[in-house]
Amino acid sequence: MSLAQAGDVEEAAEPVVAASQGRGVGEVRKGGWFVLLTIVAVCVLWLIPALGVLVTSFRNGDLVNTSGWWTAFAHPFQAGEWTVENYRSALDAGGLGNSFLNSLAVTIPSTAYAFSWMDFRGRYLLFVTVVGLLVVPLQMALIPILKLYVNGATLFDYVVFPQLHLNGTFLAVWLAHTGFGLPLAVYLLRNYIGSLPSSIIESAKIDGADHFTIFWRLIVPLSVPALAAFAIFQFLWVWNDLLVAYVFLGGERSVQVLTLNLANLVGSRGENWQLLTSAAFISMALPLIVFFSLQKYFVRGLTAGAVKG
Amino acid sequence: MAEIVMEQVSKVFPDGTAAVSDLDLDIDDGEFIVLVGPSGCGKTTALRMVAGLESISQGTIRIGDRVVNTLPPKERDIAMVFQNYALYPHMSVYDNMGFGLKLRKLPKEEIDKRVREAAGILGLQEFLSRKPKALSGGQRQRVAMGRAIVREPKAFLMDEPLSNLDAKLRVQMRSEIARIQHDLRVTTLYVTHDQVEAMTMGDRVAVIRKGVLQQVDTPQFLYDHPNNLFVAGFIGSPAMNMVEANLSISDGSGVVEFGGYRLGVPQQVVSARPELKAFDRKPVIVGLRPEDLEDASLVPDAPADRRIRTTVILREALGADVVAHVKIQAPAVVTEDVKELAHDVGQEALQAVEQGARSGESTFLARLNPRTAAKEGQPIELVVDVGRLHFFDPGSGLGIYGGDGN
Repeated sequence: MSLAQAGDVEEAAEPVVAASQGRGVGEVRKGGWFVLLTIVAVCVLWLIPALGVLVTSFRNGDLVNTSGWWTAFAHPFQAGEWTVENYRSALDAGGLGNSFLNSLAVTIPSTAYAFSWMDFRGRYLLFVTVVGLLVVPLQMALIPILKLYVNGATLFDYVVFPQLHLNGTFLAVWLAHTGFGLPLAVYLLRNYIGSLPSSIIESAKIDGADHFTIFWRLIVPLSVPALAAFAIFQFLWVWNDLLVAYVFLGGERSVQVLTLNLANLVGSRGENWQLLTSAAFISMALPLIVFFSLQKYFVRGLTAGAVKG
Repeated sequence: MAEIVMEQVSKVFPDGTAAVSDLDLDIDDGEFIVLVGPSGCGKTTALRMVAGLESISQGTIRIGDRVVNTLPPKERDIAMVFQNYALYPHMSVYDNMGFGLKLRKLPKEEIDKRVREAAGILGLQEFLSRKPKALSGGQRQRVAMGRAIVREPKAFLMDEPLSNLDAKLRVQMRSEIARIQHDLRVTTLYVTHDQVEAMTMGDRVAVIRKGVLQQVDTPQFLYDHPNNLFVAGFIGSPAMNMVEANLSISDGSGVVEFGGYRLGVPQQVVSARPELKAFDRKPVIVGLRPEDLEDASLVPDAPADRRIRTTVILREALGADVVAHVKIQAPAVVTEDVKELAHDVGQEALQAVEQGARSGESTFLARLNPRTAAKEGQPIELVVDVGRLHFFDPGSGLGIYGGDGN
């Protein structure tokens, strides 16, 4: 639909453009079509599997196993073709509803926790060190952190980190995700905050604001685009994470997160993969909502650190 | 309200750059002083030192009866208007203006009263609930002014507040700011690189060059009695014409010769400048304001020793007058002052000056009556108002006055 509309607009605009710009226009428009076609092709390629999953998630288990999902379009209005049964059983039987909430419980606090570090404005060296941590693979840190959680840490008989028995608790995952998200957060926000005009801060100083007021009344509200962009990043990353959750939470059902549950669905009922498709769509729904409601900030925030405004 | 006194104030940046050197400046209570100079001359640094945004390397700054050297900005009781207005983008106009008062814990009714009063002065009443991004440049500028006004501070500090506005609006806001300052009688330190703003707004104007104060005086006095070549060249638009000439004095009156021209210097000019005698039969730099040249055909009875015959290179009609660029067969004056002034205009101007010095030819600008017959490429005879000649020492660049002239 929107593509067709875009085409109409382009055509309508054509005579004007051609008249005003003369010869060079043809080349530009050829380029424009090429870009447009490429984008459409990429979008379609990306969307086909997702569409397949969506269609499958609404189909009968028997049909899924006997025919391809595209055959559903041949007789879309036939009774028995569509069902929401998969969703019901995925939510109930798979314990998916429970893990949905678990995922939320993990995602939101760690994102919020990361926010509480946003006032981190360390010296340059410290900043470089923190950003440098971006290159350390997360997997390297898993075992040491797990050991830290289980055994605590001592240095010359002093307890540096107490034995908290954090493994298997949400707190463990919150802490781990916050820690892993920190370098990127610091990097993004430092660059963003650095690009705010200095005169605004100076003006506030003259108006009588101290550092605390400047931070809370100016920096934080003005950093909303960057904060939102990072929130989306962190949210999607935490939401889609399997590894950290698996390592620190284990497979126990009461604390199982969505990704883990999905993985188990494949493992335990590989034959019933119509359930998997429904589950996958449930797990996708929330990130999609988050993304679409915040995408304005997402785009703005991504470019925020790159160029000085 | 209070006076601001700067004593021997210097600023040296960590990299060794001396931005301001031994600045002495007394700003009286309620006075409007304009700091003016080419870009990078240290005028903004000076202002920021008064504001407390820049530390003071040496000297003392007093606001009222307090030495403020080590006080943070918020305790200096000053308000500043920034070049880019520095409005808080997420706050409404009302909150922008009230922010400083809120932080000072003023009662709500008092804040409301002051904000509405300032909005009334500035014509912002209907925009109080808008965000800055929904305002035009001129309105934003007014909000920045309003933020300063509501504070009722001891002094206003303004850092090129009009330079982001387009030309027409700048002229309007120029008079508006001057009017507001006049009504409120708040001591004001105003920084600009635009000498027109300096001339029109300031009670007094302080000209700064490379961190050193050149001259402080009323606009008209600066214009008529520039201390040195720099002030002479900086104040006034089009700029003063300068040429190196030979001076000879006999019987109390003098003659200057340059590029084949002879101009008589009347007795009262020589007697008003006792120092001029020391330059008898020596080179001096003669300065001529463009408006002190006139088309000879419009001044038929001018004596021969006031006339210059030359050729028009370019004619610019401005409506009220015509600026004629004419060729003078004398080398352009190239001193450090002139170079710096040209550098401020741009690299091309600097090259033109150096080129002129080599070729032994220079250009004078003459502001002529629009009835002039001046045509490009045509010869023209100009009459010089010799009573208004300026003289400078070619060695030091200082103006030659002496006695009570300076």
